Amino acid sequence: MKIVVAVKQVPEREAVLRVTPDGRSIDESDVAWTMNEPDAYALEEALQLKQRAAEAGLGEAEVVVLSAGPERVQSTLREALAKGADRALHVVTPESGEGSLAERGSLDVARLLAEAVKGEQPELVLTGLQSDDLGAGQTGVVMAELLGLPHATLVLQVEFAGQGGVGRRIKVRRELEDGWTQFVEVPLPALLTIQSGGNRLRYATLMGIKRARQKEMRELSAATPTQRVDEVVKVSPPLRLKQTEMLTGAAEEIAAKLVERLRFEVKVL
Amino acid sequence: MSAGVLVVMETKDVRERRAEGGAAWHRVSLEALAAGQMLAAELGVACSAGVLGASAAIAPLAAELSARRLETVWAVGDDLLAVYTADGWTIALEQLIAQVEPKFVVFPHTYQVRDYAPALATRLGEVLIGDVAAVQMAGEPREPLFVRQWMQGKLNAVYRHRKPGGVCLLSVQAGSFRADAAKAGQSQVLEFAPKLAAEKIRTAPSEPIREAARTVDLSVAEVIVGVGRGIGEQENLKLVENLAQALGAELAASRPICDAGWLPLERQVGSSGQTVAPKLYLAVGISGAIQHLVGMKGAKTVIAINKDAEAPIFEVADIGVVGDLFEVVPALTRAIRG
Repeated sequence: MKIVVAVKQVPEREAVLRVTPDGRSIDESDVAWTMNEPDAYALEEALQLKQRAAEAGLGEAEVVVLSAGPERVQSTLREALAKGADRALHVVTPESGEGSLAERGSLDVARLLAEAVKGEQPELVLTGLQSDDLGAGQTGVVMAELLGLPHATLVLQVEFAGQGGVGRRIKVRRELEDGWTQFVEVPLPALLTIQSGGNRLRYATLMGIKRARQKEMRELSAATPTQRVDEVVKVSPPLRLKQTEMLTGAAEEIAAKLVERLRFEVKVL
Repeated sequence: MSAGVLVVMETKDVRERRAEGGAAWHRVSLEALAAGQMLAAELGVACSAGVLGASAAIAPLAAELSARRLETVWAVGDDLLAVYTADGWTIALEQLIAQVEPKFVVFPHTYQVRDYAPALATRLGEVLIGDVAAVQMAGEPREPLFVRQWMQGKLNAVYRHRKPGGVCLLSVQAGSFRADAAKAGQSQVLEFAPKLAAEKIRTAPSEPIREAARTVDLSVAEVIVGVGRGIGEQENLKLVENLAQALGAELAASRPICDAGWLPLERQVGSSGQTVAPKLYLAVGISGAIQHLVGMKGAKTVIAINKDAEAPIFEVADIGVVGDLFEVVPALTRAIRG
């Protein structure tokens, strides 16, 4: 069994972000990068599936990690290899300008990833349910459509429904709204987007980091960008919805001010 | 006749409805209806709406919709639509769109829409402009621009659809449009029979289930202390538990805390947890990702303590403290206890 996990590299959660002079994208020059957290859950699920496939006698599974972007995304791919992925595919796009991730729309990026997946013919494709940067939440589903695969989204748990062989199905538990969940049977090959909370993320071990250096990282060239159907006109910090009063001072002073408010304005004390 | 704007309504799953005995519409689809009517009015075009399901199940819903200001209510009925599947919805809506030829299709940004609308958009050679928080009209001739959030709400990005002759698909964020702004009126109901084949529906969903009934109902709490990622480690939770106790508050959390298993899922506030509207919501170490904000922005007063001055939580806070929660929270607990 082969599992491809598509991961995205995104700015760190605490990163201070500036907008580019043309006002249409994020200035990437001083940004620290990390693996998109929902994709880290997808990777974790793939690594656990590999283990479970072996235990269930379904043979040796291979986990291939895939990302599109400039040179920098290789650090995220290495991290995935250090955690236990077997090899990596890097679809190389320019740092900026034509053909860069910022210039390509979500449909085009999904195309790049889908092309790379086609070359692998995996039984499962996993990715996070959304990215922490642009939050479009559709790369996985768009890839499934481009690849002609059935999909399930917001998956918390994956079970092998039957024994090995072509035409086998998996059973997944999906998150619905308001605390509901649902089991869905999906024939393989399939694409799943993984929701957080179904598993616990592992850390890379020292040994894993050492081994990752020996693992294969294959670079693939990116197809020419297609015309975008949507366009980002302007990026700016949001307007504040409320006039927020900021309290400053030492912790004790702030606490005293807050207590006064809680007593006389909010009236909860 | 071209509808101009088509709103795709969502019903609660019939089996969930049975269990909850609640309303049939998904709340956000009424907000999408209001957004669709507003967009159509701005553009001077007609607005229609569609509802999908087994014919008998959707008939009363379509009848109810016909009392709204719409051109046409499309009742898209088929036994294969009795239960939601991404394939069923994608195929049926692709055919409905081919029939109605709208310029804009408005969806509620729900889990269900996230499951099929990107595939539908791809099939149409389009992209879903998802999770739209606001629609602005601009330019000459006037065209709509769509505001989405980037970086978990740290930035706003304004999108426009630019494919000539294309259809623009957008989904509206929960709470961004007022359901009660949807206009009443009268409209015709037309039945639309999609061509569906059982073998085209590749996935087999089973009954929705809900684990153990909730024992904590945060929606009735007057005072809530919410804790997020900033707490760092499970053992630090004691700090916020003490604060909640001193305030007589319920303890709530953002998703990462529940994902880590530090607090039970039933204490989660946000789009995948509970929606709360207390007198006071005190957010400790919560950055304020939109998924959390939609669950608590109805609080009367929001106080936020966070070390990151840029955190989106401060956009909805009445009172903000940029500081170290490990100093401020114990000091506040002591001050409350006097």
